[in-house]
Amino acid sequence: MTLGYLVRRLFIFGLVIWVGMTLIFFLPKTVPGRDPVMERMLMLMATGGIQPEGIQQMVEAYRAQFGLDQPLYMQYLRYLWNMIRFDFNYSLAQYPTLVIDLIRRALPWTIALLSVSTLLSFAVGSLAGGLLGWPRTPKAFHYMLAPFLLMSSVPYYLVGLLLIYLFAFRLKLFPIGGGSQYGTLPSFSLAHILDLLHHSILPAASIVLVGIGGWALGMRGMMVTTLGEDYIILAQARGLSPRRIFFWYAMRNALLPQTTSLALSLGHIVSGSLLVEAIFRYPGVGSLLFRAISGFDYFTIYGVVFFIILALGLTTLIVDLIYPLLDPRIRYHRA
Amino acid sequence: MRPFLRYVSRNPTLGVGLSMFLLLFLFWIIGPLFIDVNLARPLSAMPDMPPSRQYPLGTDTLGRQILPVMLQGTLYTFEIGLVAGAAGLLIGTILGFAAGYLGGPLDTFIRTSADVILTIPALAVLVVIASSIKETLSPRTMAGVIAMLAWMWPTRTIRAQVLSMRERPYVEIARLSGMNDIQIIAQELLPNLLPYLAASFVGAVAAALLAAVGLEALGLGPQTEPTLGMTIFWCMYYGAILRGLYWWWVPPMAAISYVFIGLFLISSGLDELANPRLRRARG
Repeated sequence: MTLGYLVRRLFIFGLVIWVGMTLIFFLPKTVPGRDPVMERMLMLMATGGIQPEGIQQMVEAYRAQFGLDQPLYMQYLRYLWNMIRFDFNYSLAQYPTLVIDLIRRALPWTIALLSVSTLLSFAVGSLAGGLLGWPRTPKAFHYMLAPFLLMSSVPYYLVGLLLIYLFAFRLKLFPIGGGSQYGTLPSFSLAHILDLLHHSILPAASIVLVGIGGWALGMRGMMVTTLGEDYIILAQARGLSPRRIFFWYAMRNALLPQTTSLALSLGHIVSGSLLVEAIFRYPGVGSLLFRAISGFDYFTIYGVVFFIILALGLTTLIVDLIYPLLDPRIRYHRA
Repeated sequence: MRPFLRYVSRNPTLGVGLSMFLLLFLFWIIGPLFIDVNLARPLSAMPDMPPSRQYPLGTDTLGRQILPVMLQGTLYTFEIGLVAGAAGLLIGTILGFAAGYLGGPLDTFIRTSADVILTIPALAVLVVIASSIKETLSPRTMAGVIAMLAWMWPTRTIRAQVLSMRERPYVEIARLSGMNDIQIIAQELLPNLLPYLAASFVGAVAAALLAAVGLEALGLGPQTEPTLGMTIFWCMYYGAILRGLYWWWVPPMAAISYVFIGLFLISSGLDELANPRLRRARG
């Protein structure tokens, strides 16, 4: 990997973050005549019985603090500066708590759930897809996988709802939601870890079950292309065992483009899993966002959305940087 | 019609997908003759009633009848997907042609913008926009909001196709015979791109629907019109599953799955139409 590639890639990463921040700053402003925070305060006034004079003062203080009396470009620069320092202000719904603390608490849950379920569905799906493209695979396997292929087009949370109904509501095998038994303190005991696993199996399963089909489809296509290559024919002519050809000659080469699509579909996976967390009330970033939306907590919404953009940009950057290590043919010295 | 039917019989995936939508259209046309859509409004029936002769699919906690909700919901949801997808495809086609055919710095700019914005999860940005206009969201405004971020994939695929077509001999001949750029694009490139445009259209509609239903399930959809995603949101909000109200959450779930599976089948069928080489592979 050359230094030039690294610099170029870092520049694109910065560009992605900047464009993302700019989009979420300006796009809501293209919709005319709304001031969400003002409205939230007015709502508080209507429901909470706070004195109107008090509200007026709060609004003035808020405007001054965010510089809303200043020109738009000043507001924009100030917003950028706050965002890159992770200063998302207080949560409007849980007032004395800072938004960044809420995110910091939710983040480990989401990272654990998403990394495990994404890697699992990628591994299982790729293997299944490889077998689909392999001529010796029994026909029965194709029929077995057909429902997964259809399911790959359905949003994750629908499968999640079904799983809740079947395994939590009917069979009572798993808890209906949450991240751990209510009232337990986190510890490194076996019981606690089992409890965490018990709570995360259904959310993870809904992501894995839907993901498998997509990876299998992509891998089948790559497998068919790879099997047409000369080195496969040579390997067959040398009399290598089919198992060896499958794993060491076909799968290995077909997997490379799959890694690229893994980087490309991360956004899709993260967006889909936000709702999975919400329906399972899993204490991650998705549930935080869901609650923030219901509670008109705009600062939390901005903070969470910025973090999602940042996290995805970072993951894509990392995948792009390790890709040349996986595929030595790629040198990246071309622009 | 004949050759079309003959083709569909060779491409059953496309056939099944298209007939699924034909059924849906029939439901939209025939449904209103038997179902009073006014009953999709809250407080039009007794709440939480299971399916019965009086309430064919039961009612929800807010006193809406589920069957009329499904009729209106599929219609609204599909309208959002169709309008947003079409707008995304239109913008994508214009940008894709501009980038692929004209080339130069414009190409670099359009390509980089599309690539950069693709890395940003659209749903996250849409959440910010939709949550600031939540109270005024209607199916129309939702379609507009989603269309703002639905043009990147069409731009990318169409640009790539235009790029490879621009150098083909028939374009060269058209240019030598004195056609100008507009004529070449309209008469030589567009007709050849039709299968790709059709495939991109289906893809764009599916992506827009996914975004729309996702936003709605987060509660960021039309607050007064019943859509499929909002029905899922209300089910979550009122704990329909845990209260055993299966008739409330099963219909929207089945309807959303139906639409997505139908689109998926059509898009794999179109894929086969656009890339005949795949046919051999599936043999």
